[in-house]
Amino acid sequence: MSAEAEDAGRRTTAGSDGTEPNADVGAGAGPGAGSGAGVGHGASAGAGPRGADAGAGAATGDWPLWEVFVRSRRGLSHVHAGSLHAPDAAMALRNARDLYTRRQEGVSVWVVPSTAVTASSPDEKDPFFASAADKPYRHPTFYELPEGVRNL
Amino acid sequence: MSAAPDPATVDPAAAAGALALGDDALVLSHRLAEWTGHAPVLEEEVALANIALDLLGQARTLLSLVGDEDELAFLREERAFRNVQLVEQPNGDFAQTIARQLYFSVYQELLYGQLAAGGEAAPLAPLAAKAVKEVAYHRDHAEQWTLRLGDGTETSHARMRAGLDALWRYTGELFRPVEGLAVDWAGLEAAWLETVGGVLERATLTLPEGPRATGWSAGGGREGVHTEPFGRMLAEMQHLHRSHPGASW
Repeated sequence: MSAEAEDAGRRTTAGSDGTEPNADVGAGAGPGAGSGAGVGHGASAGAGPRGADAGAGAATGDWPLWEVFVRSRRGLSHVHAGSLHAPDAAMALRNARDLYTRRQEGVSVWVVPSTAVTASSPDEKDPFFASAADKPYRHPTFYELPEGVRNL
Repeated sequence: MSAAPDPATVDPAAAAGALALGDDALVLSHRLAEWTGHAPVLEEEVALANIALDLLGQARTLLSLVGDEDELAFLREERAFRNVQLVEQPNGDFAQTIARQLYFSVYQELLYGQLAAGGEAAPLAPLAAKAVKEVAYHRDHAEQWTLRLGDGTETSHARMRAGLDALWRYTGELFRPVEGLAVDWAGLEAAWLETVGGVLERATLTLPEGPRATGWSAGGGREGVHTEPFGRMLAEMQHLHRSHPGASW
């Protein structure tokens, strides 16, 4: 626990190094909107009458971005739910609980630093994905699904 | 409220206990809700609002044991409220809010834990058993922030220190016996000091010094004696209902 606290302490001297969100991750509909609002909110609150920015030591802009993955039920995979800002992994997990699981969505949550995500580039969309379109034999459309099979 | 037992069937002593705990939850819920729109970051705003909503839910259940929840919340005068003075203290800066939350959540978790262990016969046991899980999360939230502010920068450490010191004199009142609650108050206080002290030690802080259970410290909330900021908070909390009786969305 003290190691986490040390991380929080170092955060203010570390500057914005490594906190830039991956552009492609941020461009997704959910995460992009969420992170943009977070930064703007932090900036305006800092100038507010309460001077609330000083209590947390730094504005949101200094906090790294985290991607949140939620497993909704046992047996299913973790699915990307969105992103958030947090000073460290432990707080990111708690923020994820508050932001993405408050309506009983999950049984398990992962948080991953956004900088750890390597994403495909929109420019390479065609070489990456287009060539699969004319290969219908790769699609499992020739099977009949038994009744009762879900999540496929 | 639909799920709550009929107030008429709750014995007066248990109702007095429910009123005290319900007012604690209601007043702290309102204080935390004041952060909405003002929190340092969006994620933290949601966290504080979540805690406020948990407390509001507890308040609704508890006050429904006593009577009509809306009448109790919106039509009582200041002197009729039975909450401890700690929960009515203004938010201050973020560190002071966290200090208040740490003091109170540790208390509430231990208190509900004892009430839940009272068994099915105790009137508040079912509520306490449900609420103790919520409160454990509130305590964890306050603990995490205490560690980061205390062991963070020079500024955050100083602000956390100031928040803890400013509210210390309101903590003695937490352990004055409340009518209708079968609780080992001395044991509660010892466990509270140990838990809070442990968190502060890890946060490179220490328990504040100074009076907290003497004639010079604060207290009297359980008897309806409140501090000056509480009147203004109540005015804001109650004015809509008083201006438009029976209004609904």
